[in-house]
Amino acid sequence: MELVMAIASGVMVAIAVYLLLSRHLLRLLFGVILLSNAANLAIFTLGGLTEGEPPLIGPDAEILAAGTANSLPQALILTAIVIGFGLLAFALVLVYRGYTVFGTLDSDEIRAAEPVRGSGGEGAP
Amino acid sequence: MSWLVVCPILIPLVGAASTALLRGSLPAQRIVTIATMALLTAACAALLWRVNQGGVVALQLSNWEAPFGITLAADHLSALLALAAAVVGLCIAVFAPADLEREREAGGFHPVFNALLVGVGGAFVTGDLFNMYVWFEVMLISSFVLLSLGGTREQTDGALKYAGINLVATVLLLLAVALLYALTGTLNMADLSIRLKDVENQGMVSTVAVLFIIAFGIKAALFPLFFWLPAAYHTPATAVQAVLAGLLTKVGVYALLRSFTLLFTGDEGYTHGVLLGLAGFTMAAGALGALAMGDIRRVLGFQVVATIGLMVMGVALNTPLALAGCVFYLVHDMLLKTGLFLGAGVARRLSGGTALAGMGGLYAATPLLSLLMFALLASLAGFPPFSGFWGKLALVRAALEAEAWVMAGVALAMGLLTMWLVGRVWGEMFWKARPAGDAPGLASLPAAGRAALVGPVALLALATLAIGLWPAPLMEISARAAAELSDPAAYIQTVLGAREGGAQ
Repeated sequence: MELVMAIASGVMVAIAVYLLLSRHLLRLLFGVILLSNAANLAIFTLGGLTEGEPPLIGPDAEILAAGTANSLPQALILTAIVIGFGLLAFALVLVYRGYTVFGTLDSDEIRAAEPVRGSGGEGAP
Repeated sequence: MSWLVVCPILIPLVGAASTALLRGSLPAQRIVTIATMALLTAACAALLWRVNQGGVVALQLSNWEAPFGITLAADHLSALLALAAAVVGLCIAVFAPADLEREREAGGFHPVFNALLVGVGGAFVTGDLFNMYVWFEVMLISSFVLLSLGGTREQTDGALKYAGINLVATVLLLLAVALLYALTGTLNMADLSIRLKDVENQGMVSTVAVLFIIAFGIKAALFPLFFWLPAAYHTPATAVQAVLAGLLTKVGVYALLRSFTLLFTGDEGYTHGVLLGLAGFTMAAGALGALAMGDIRRVLGFQVVATIGLMVMGVALNTPLALAGCVFYLVHDMLLKTGLFLGAGVARRLSGGTALAGMGGLYAATPLLSLLMFALLASLAGFPPFSGFWGKLALVRAALEAEAWVMAGVALAMGLLTMWLVGRVWGEMFWKARPAGDAPGLASLPAAGRAALVGPVALLALATLAIGLWPAPLMEISARAAAELSDPAAYIQTVLGAREGGAQ
């Protein structure tokens, strides 16, 4: 099971990198979303995967039974999902704002902050 | 007294909440922000005094024993940087109301600025790696909002690039933290420091270390990951530029400093070698980039990158002297960069633009501002009576003692290039005749805001002069911080040993 999850996570990273290399900002955003989910999946797998054994301490036990999945990474993922959701929501609004301001999402054409030399934006020293 | 450790987080958090509640009243928000920063400065000074008297302070939140709960810990490094950040925060809290347009300020500057300080303070005092990731995110989302506050074309472009690369850095940091947990089963940094030595698969530890270099390297703007900084830092309002330049990248350097002295010391030849090479390229790229720019804000943006290289060189050399120099320079640089960006902002108001070619004649119009900026720029170049000199001296000497000849050469060459740059910038801004008409003097600024605009610049310029004239106290604290970093036994003992003493 771990192997399948590891491969799935790797495939997601590969797709994410492909999307990140795009000049289109929306694809870049999708790439980041996929990348963060790939990381979450990887962390989930790191904690160990067991079927049908919830990480609960039985009524007459003090500690978890051996071989149960570690539940801390799952708590970490929950935090990471919440944080990621906030950041991505902001990024989505930012990309939309970029589209309304520039009329394009091609990152090569968005040069407001760093005008190309000679186009009149910046005086050469 | 260990509750003092929580102050760098709690005080700005209360400030953020109250300014958000006082949404309707801008004057009340201003007073709360200034009061918050003043209180924060006092609390951080008390924390530094406490650490200086009694060594590392640790606090186990909710009395959950380390390494199971979240630990807050402050050593000399944390307390000193938290104090410097608070001073920067205070200067900006005074400067911002006079500088920001009303709609930007009312659009949420105060709560978000306070929230940014929460993230910075949290990153400095946390003793838990996942918690550090969370504070980085608090800083990140606040900086997103500050950067795009106002929403001009330039800002939207800068914010898009800043957000894009930083979201990737976030994921890498999260993954690196999780991999460390998988290797050791703990996230407490003191506990990690012990357990990482026992990990069988040391190759994996080095891999994770490189992931940390990339993640923190993006935050700190290391070569070749720095391109977002000169693309974004010059776009927002002056006060926001100063916050970002004075605090954010420095927290990245702090994270590198902490993790590469406490955690990743097993394979120094490799990890610190990589860092050293990157530091050299960062210095060269920053210094040369600054020379090529014709806009004062972008010149300063590249100089932020160059000095990051200098500080990371100190981290990479990892000798007590290099670490002391790095800490000294870190404090100096936080104050200096804030002062430079604020001063450049005032000059921009006077001359109506930021292109160096269009500025000039400001010396005749305002000798006071010219002299203040001269002090700040001279400190940037490392001229002797100012604080930049001592930090650079310690770092270059450490490089020579470690026989890293090339790095010492690069650092000196960067100093020379910076000196050239500083001469050019000051000449263009203040000394040369103004291309068109006379520059208006300080008297042209609105009377109510004049002191608030010039005061913080003057304070920071005097601070760099004072530290330069009396470097011994700061150097002494930096040396103690470096000693704690080189031998983290006391830090580990205090964090993990606190369980025997119960709640301190």
